[in-house]
Amino acid sequence: MATFQEGLYYSETHEYVKVEGNVAYIGISDYAQHALGTVVYVDMPEVDDEVEAGEEFGAVESVKAASDLISPVSGTVVEINEALEDEPGLVNKDAFANWIIKVELSDPSQLDNLMDAKAYEEFCANE
Amino acid sequence: MNKRTCLYDKHVALGALISPFGGFDMPIQYSSIIDEHNAVRQHCGVFDVSHMGEVRVTGADAEKFVNHIFTNDITGAPDGKIYYGMMCYPHGGVVDDLLVYKMADGDFFIVINAANIDKDVAWINEQAQGYNVNIDHQSDYYGQLAVQGPESEAVVEEVLGLACKELVFYTVKTLEVNGETVIVSRTGYTGEDGFEIYASHALINSMWDSLMASGRCKPCGLGCRDTLRFEVGLPLYGDELSDEISPIMAGLGMFCKLDKEEFIGRDALIKQKQEGVSKRLRGIELEGNAVPRHGYTVLKDGQPVGEVTTGYRLISVDKSCAVALVDASLQMGDTVEVQIRKKTFPGVITKKKFYDKHYKK
Repeated sequence: MATFQEGLYYSETHEYVKVEGNVAYIGISDYAQHALGTVVYVDMPEVDDEVEAGEEFGAVESVKAASDLISPVSGTVVEINEALEDEPGLVNKDAFANWIIKVELSDPSQLDNLMDAKAYEEFCANE
Repeated sequence: MNKRTCLYDKHVALGALISPFGGFDMPIQYSSIIDEHNAVRQHCGVFDVSHMGEVRVTGADAEKFVNHIFTNDITGAPDGKIYYGMMCYPHGGVVDDLLVYKMADGDFFIVINAANIDKDVAWINEQAQGYNVNIDHQSDYYGQLAVQGPESEAVVEEVLGLACKELVFYTVKTLEVNGETVIVSRTGYTGEDGFEIYASHALINSMWDSLMASGRCKPCGLGCRDTLRFEVGLPLYGDELSDEISPIMAGLGMFCKLDKEEFIGRDALIKQKQEGVSKRLRGIELEGNAVPRHGYTVLKDGQPVGEVTTGYRLISVDKSCAVALVDASLQMGDTVEVQIRKKTFPGVITKKKFYDKHYKK
């Protein structure tokens, strides 16, 4: 069963945002990693790249398919999770601990457009 | 509305992910592609391949006619022998790749791809004019199971009670079960030892139930069927073969007996062999673990030289590999790049086989 961690923001494209000050950790939800199956590759942007809310910034790939990663917020990439380059399956082990990129937020008000854990769980139930 | 195989309800009950393939709603995976793939490499897996088509060609001219439409040579074939090859158009493009089972003199059982059934049956009937043959399209009668993996002989013998030990690779026999004739061949599409079993829908259902109840055989979907066949370099029609990709371009010339008296496409294939082709299928081993997929562009020194036909992050080997249709001038060991979304990844031209087959010959 998928878990829906409290205190995070969630998008309809199944990314989560964990906010610490002006920095956001972005990853895919536990629900999404369940649906994808074993992740074999994570395509990440580079540090200093700009990401735009609603725009693709990379992809997660299972054996069968590539799924675009859509950024829930705008900002500048300050770090990528390099551990995923060698061990993409970490996303399956713990999707919330294994964030994909760390972004400095350019417009924190965009967080208001995202769902909380309860709303996201309901969204997934209706998918 | 897609067709369903005789086992469709069983796949749904097992919680399979179902997707369209070749005009059928087929199980892609039950648990995980990786687990199912490994079950076939290490133990035993069963696939519902009832979507495959079957055509029986009989009559006084059956051998002559099959030789006319088929690139391999079945002249004087012993009963029970199976041949792989293609049906080609006059220009050398491929109608389909297929297996021809020699059941008896004047009696051939032909197995064709699901996606091509209507096209193939029409093609075979058109070519049959002037030949004394009877063409019986039997796809709606037969269900088919593929039991694959190193333990498949024991599973087929002990769970299904079908005596198959003495079959050597690429041979077939028939058995009587409950008064019904069952066709069993030592064939498959995984690179492992295995058997393909053709029988009525009712019997295929009871065999499937026995296999599931035995716990000795994992249900496997088309997802791992594709990763398994890809690793050992087997082509899939629509990816590695098509009306535009000839057997010569695909590196399958060994299945085209150009010294045979005649067959459809022979002249074009001889010309391709003598004059060379502009594109060829090659393997590519990529650096890193990005995943090349069908349609991605292959570059040499920044210039496009071809397209990926199939690619995966392999399961049996820790590598990302592709098969691609590229300029024939590229040689083994040449470095290329594959465009994967916004980035390019370096790779090396290799053979198309990335993992060794384990057939029991």
